[in-house]
Amino acid sequence: MAVPYHRTTITRRQTLRLAAAGALGSVLPTRIAFGQTAKVRIGILLPYSGTYARLGNAITNAMELKFAELGGKLGGRDIELIKVDSEAAPPKATELTTKLINQEKVDILVGPVHSGVAMAMAKIAREEGTLTIVPNAGADQITGPLCAPNLFRTSFTNWQPGHPMGKVLLDEGKKNVVTCFWNYGAGQQSAEGFKDGFVPHGGTIVKEIGVPFPQVEFQAALTEIAALKPDAVYTFFAGGGAVKFVKDWHAAGLSGIELVGAGFLTEGVTEAQGEAAEGLRTTLHYADALDNPANLKFREAYLAKFGKEADVYAVQGYDAAELIHVGLEAVQGDTSAKADIIKAMEGAEFDSPRGPFKLSKAHNPVQNIYLRRVEKGVNTVIATAYEGLSDPAKGCKLL
Amino acid sequence: MVTIPNRRVAVALALVFAALAVVPLVGETYALKVATRMIVFAIFAMSLDLLLGYTGLVSFGHAAFFGLSAYSLQLVSPESEAANLITALPQCLGVTAAAAALIGMLVVRTAGIYFIMSTLALAQMFFFFFHDSPIAGGSDGAYIWYKPVLTIGATALLDLDGRETLYYFALACLVLCYGFLVVVLRSPFGEVIQGIRVNEHRMRALGYDTRRFKLVSFVLSALMAGLAGFLFACIDGFVAPQLLGWRESGIGLVMVILGGMGTLYGSIIGAFAFIGMEEIVRDRQFTGVMAEHWQILMGVFVIVVVLFLKNGLAGLFAEPPIRRPATKEEP
Amino acid sequence: MDVTLFLLQTLNGIQHGLLLFLVASGLTIIFGIMGVINLAHGSFYMIGAYLALSLTQWTGSLFGAVLLGIPIAILLGLAIERLFIVHLYDRDHLQQVLLTFGLILIFNELQSIVWGDDPHSVPKPAMLAGSVPVTETLSYSTYRLFLSVVCLVVAGCLYLVIHRTRLGMRMRAGAYNAEMVRSLGIDTRRLFAVVFAIGVSLTALAGIIAAPDRSLYPGIGEQVLIISFVVVVIGGIGSVKGAFVGAILIGLADVYGQAYLHDFRGFASAAVYALMAAVLLWRPTGLFGRR
Repeated sequence: MAVPYHRTTITRRQTLRLAAAGALGSVLPTRIAFGQTAKVRIGILLPYSGTYARLGNAITNAMELKFAELGGKLGGRDIELIKVDSEAAPPKATELTTKLINQEKVDILVGPVHSGVAMAMAKIAREEGTLTIVPNAGADQITGPLCAPNLFRTSFTNWQPGHPMGKVLLDEGKKNVVTCFWNYGAGQQSAEGFKDGFVPHGGTIVKEIGVPFPQVEFQAALTEIAALKPDAVYTFFAGGGAVKFVKDWHAAGLSGIELVGAGFLTEGVTEAQGEAAEGLRTTLHYADALDNPANLKFREAYLAKFGKEADVYAVQGYDAAELIHVGLEAVQGDTSAKADIIKAMEGAEFDSPRGPFKLSKAHNPVQNIYLRRVEKGVNTVIATAYEGLSDPAKGCKLL
Repeated sequence: MVTIPNRRVAVALALVFAALAVVPLVGETYALKVATRMIVFAIFAMSLDLLLGYTGLVSFGHAAFFGLSAYSLQLVSPESEAANLITALPQCLGVTAAAAALIGMLVVRTAGIYFIMSTLALAQMFFFFFHDSPIAGGSDGAYIWYKPVLTIGATALLDLDGRETLYYFALACLVLCYGFLVVVLRSPFGEVIQGIRVNEHRMRALGYDTRRFKLVSFVLSALMAGLAGFLFACIDGFVAPQLLGWRESGIGLVMVILGGMGTLYGSIIGAFAFIGMEEIVRDRQFTGVMAEHWQILMGVFVIVVVLFLKNGLAGLFAEPPIRRPATKEEP
Repeated sequence: MDVTLFLLQTLNGIQHGLLLFLVASGLTIIFGIMGVINLAHGSFYMIGAYLALSLTQWTGSLFGAVLLGIPIAILLGLAIERLFIVHLYDRDHLQQVLLTFGLILIFNELQSIVWGDDPHSVPKPAMLAGSVPVTETLSYSTYRLFLSVVCLVVAGCLYLVIHRTRLGMRMRAGAYNAEMVRSLGIDTRRLFAVVFAIGVSLTALAGIIAAPDRSLYPGIGEQVLIISFVVVVIGGIGSVKGAFVGAILIGLADVYGQAYLHDFRGFASAAVYALMAAVLLWRPTGLFGRR
């Protein structure tokens, strides 16, 4: 087969076409700029495609639910949500954030789910000073060294959910623990959080097993755990990985070793895990079965509106919307009064479906962490493992 | 014989660059950032075209060099002040070139699909290094707090923190890279690598050490990808391991093929078209409710180009083939 | 080093490798014989897995899902070959990369529209739902062992088809020199259509029977994509035997990496790629590839 040289010559007509295409390409992104309208513009950067789409949708749903409950108004102004798919792709997230801030001229920014995207988003939000609320991503840094007056979070730090589990295990005499987690930011930080609450009180981490993220081949880790025979294994897995890990764990027998973890292990996935999830204990800042009026009302309304059970991600979105509400109510919807909004949001205290909600000086929730057990596919509450847990927020200058 | 632009292409390109030069005058922040990104990826795609379209080497790991250079900038940038462009750029490119030389020496031993896969494998190793290890923030990525400034003596000449400065700097880099590649491809060296693409055996029979030529081409290409990565890191001052991932490499390939490989300017068209199209299909103004399923539209766009534009978008501008009396095909 | 532990991990690696072979077998066929770089390989795996979900719900058994899923996959394969791939045989292979990249985007979004974004799992057949004790603390899932057996059977069948049947002979000949085969009067277009359909249905089969052992969520296709290419290339393109050996090696490298390298962050994940790089340096056309 002869491969010909590419021969390219260009006619004048084609020259013009080429030039036109270039010119078009260069002006495409420019659009008619909107002026400040009467509506409060809320930019939402969440994953609507890919592995994390479920979380993005839950957060968005709950926000819409909250806004509907508020009569569709914030501080007397109508609300407009501008949603952008973050695809959980950090390298592009800076640009998408810029789009929401500079082109869509949003007043408030909400997002994202993924920690890497959160880092990207926080970078731009810090530069532009736009009020930003993180409704999921738990990267400790966001409300640690990177904390800023305009950055808020209504979810958790990765450090938080697992921290109280150490004491729970020690109280039962379980002193030798293996940690097993997806080896990426969230997994590493969650394991650190557990360690902080476990080792200083006399616990021993026998081994730290990091499984390459997002691999779901866990047999090597399970075999090693079986050989180490610890009293318990602390884990961080979420979503599809959590389903697979719990099922594999169940099939592997591992008698005498308890599986515990950050609550994501059994959050929104118990149906897929089925019987394998029964009896698992985890710690998290929320549980479906929390028996407080706010939660009962929220879950009922969510189910009625979307035909789905709410989960922790929905709660975080719901509270993000409430936090915006508190902020804008204080200034009667005047989004230019940023300092006052921040002040109001910092002082916000309300009854969230997760229990009492308030923020630390680093703008991360100070919240109860519950010890939960899966019973018939539902995360029931056994006890409050830690009342009002606040992240240490190492390196935050707002403290 | 060699696909070097004639006067007409040169005029067209000049017009395109002129159009690009006025973007900062009409565009706002976001448009400027998108345009900068387009330019950066045009450089990246063009660097890949040197391998794909001229040397006949298909690299599926080119993003490793893009990302490595971006990470190098993060690592050489001090936390509380800006790095000097004069030292930072050579440092980043030096790291990239060193890595490329090392990887290149290994991969030029293979050919065809094995070359594709070994570049992929080595690039994935770099990806996992930055993803799993605590260097530069691991999977969460890291910030470049201050973008590089070109300082000579005590005067700051060029601050890449300025969006327009960065844009023009990137544009200048694109023009320089294009010119550089044209010169390279016209040189005896360029003739040889294109000869290798067509028939490596013949070139070896002619006495050329083809591996060495392929290695030099590989390193040159990686250097240019590194320049693109450096510029990318300057746009927002954020690096994440995904920059080195196979998806980014794949997108580079897609841009080159989309634009039409082996033409250089095709890569520029490809990068602009890919990013521009993504902007369009994601925008509710243009695609309405389908914006929610923008990936389908993007997929359809890509497929349509493959099926109907045989030589990529650049094929649109190519002259229809001249009918010549049937002659025997060259062996 | 604990010997029992090492042997168990070896067994894990082989099991993992067998599954990898099944997942990659469809790619071996398409890639090796037609030379088509099919990036949508992962999508076909994903489609298989989700078909398993719907069809087991509908028919009540995994067996039913396999029986119905395979014909669906064959039809899908034929349709895609006829609609898209057929236009690209006489063009640069890279065009196939572009086209199948477009298909990934479309299939991913369709998956989300049809099946939603929640994670799912497919129930194991009751007969295979239990576990077999191996040590005092560890058991193996019966289904996983069954899966290993299926993988071995598929490997055996593939070998027989390719080396002992007329179709297999044509496939090998087509891989070696398509023009020659054409000039011998064999319709390569039809041959390629058949090969593509077989490849797609093998991949879908892998998705279907792996589904009860795995979990289903958006993005599972891309999880197997790169690793499948790695398997095929290590073994040598066009060699089923090579893919088999490659898969086992990769399975072992992955498991050993996880078991013994996790103190060195970044190296455990890279183990399989390091293996691949090493193999290609040693034998630049894979273990069993033609020189």
